[in-house]
Amino acid sequence: MQYQWDFGFLVQYKGLVGIGALYTVGFTIATALSGLAVGCLVALLRLSQWRAATWVVTAFIEVFRCTPVLVQLVWCYYALPMLTGLELTPATAAFLTLTLYGASFYGEIIRGGIISVDLGQWDAGRALGMRRSQLMRRVVLPQAFRRMVPPLVNQTVLQLKNTSLLSVLAVPDLLYQGQLITSASYRPLETYTMIAVIYFAILFPLTRLAHRLEARPGH
Amino acid sequence: MSNTRMIELIGVQKSFGTLQVLKDISLTVDKGAVVALIGPSGSGKSTLLRSINLLTVPNSGYIRVGDHAMDFSSTQTLPRDRELAAFRARTGMVFQGFNLFPHMTVEQNVMEGAVTVLRTPKAEARELALSLLGKVGLADKAAMRPDSLSGGQKQRVAIARALAMKPEVMLFDEATSALDPELVGEVLAVIRSLAADGMTMLLVTHEMAFARDVADRVVFMRDGCVVEEGEARQVIEQPAHPATQAFLSHFHNGLS
Repeated sequence: MQYQWDFGFLVQYKGLVGIGALYTVGFTIATALSGLAVGCLVALLRLSQWRAATWVVTAFIEVFRCTPVLVQLVWCYYALPMLTGLELTPATAAFLTLTLYGASFYGEIIRGGIISVDLGQWDAGRALGMRRSQLMRRVVLPQAFRRMVPPLVNQTVLQLKNTSLLSVLAVPDLLYQGQLITSASYRPLETYTMIAVIYFAILFPLTRLAHRLEARPGH
Repeated sequence: MSNTRMIELIGVQKSFGTLQVLKDISLTVDKGAVVALIGPSGSGKSTLLRSINLLTVPNSGYIRVGDHAMDFSSTQTLPRDRELAAFRARTGMVFQGFNLFPHMTVEQNVMEGAVTVLRTPKAEARELALSLLGKVGLADKAAMRPDSLSGGQKQRVAIARALAMKPEVMLFDEATSALDPELVGEVLAVIRSLAADGMTMLLVTHEMAFARDVADRVVFMRDGCVVEEGEARQVIEQPAHPATQAFLSHFHNGLS
């Protein structure tokens, strides 16, 4: 192959790449946090005795788990405003979609962690006279949390990768900036290679962390 | 209300689906008395024990422990979380599987109820925990994690944890059934010392010799009913009912 590799030209685009990385990491952190918050709510409602809530939350989880996140993004940005009359900025639509998408998966991880705690632990807490909230806070969640952490980190890795879909809404994430640079420089090979390497550099330590946490099982 | 009766059950019934596990059980336990519940597995004795602190909420009947009573015959609504918790805080329960909190030290396990439920100041709760651990012979294990203890030690910690709530009644659900034979004695010794202190206790047990020697009364259950009840030595050594006789015939080797 005669191709002349030249990464040097990319230096002039470091500003664009920096903004892209900021958007990618920023959206990941923001939607991981909001997704975890909504996910906690989802898990608790699904575990509650309240039938209607359980049904609604289960339907929510299945809708978001069984449709592609790209379809959700496009639907939220283009279709939802037609239903509600509310215009969403690309960033808002992206935040909303990734939050709910993340919440449906985080919620199931959290629920799984909670129900994995031995029923004898619930008995012991109840027998001491603990109320439901005390039992959760003092007995169940500390034990469940240790088991939740590795899958939560894994899900967050996926969440970061999913932010690359934001480029279809023209949110200036890493991939979108790569597309800009490519159309200006006509050098997709170096540009997209660099984009892939940046993703890798961010995610590799995270997957190592998840791996290490998995290797050290809790009680 | 009679002050000499610490536990009073009237017409307690419980079904799981179509299976009726408790059929109209009535039972009283005097203050300071030790009552052993015996019977074949599936007879409902554990369910009965769990009904007394409402870990299993009965479908109907009346339950009183000390001054606190719950009546399930009139109301259809379940008691609220707060009421259940307040009711349970007055009884101590010890489980077959220990159920110690694995993420806490031995001392923290014993302090937990006092600190979280009774709002006892930490320093005071720690002092109480250490004295109770001393009582069950485990003061030197305070800083250890439960998973580094033997079964007998775990169960003694579980007893200390229940005692830290200063309960009016102690319930033991097959407390020695999960233990290796050589570890049973140390747990029974602790239960015996509680009996000597005048603690009101109800025990589900398969230790017939222990039931005979430590309990004041023995209640024999089968198929969700109380079949026979009486003075411990008499029920164990001269059971009147054929079902009791048949059940006890399996144990006679161990009763010498």
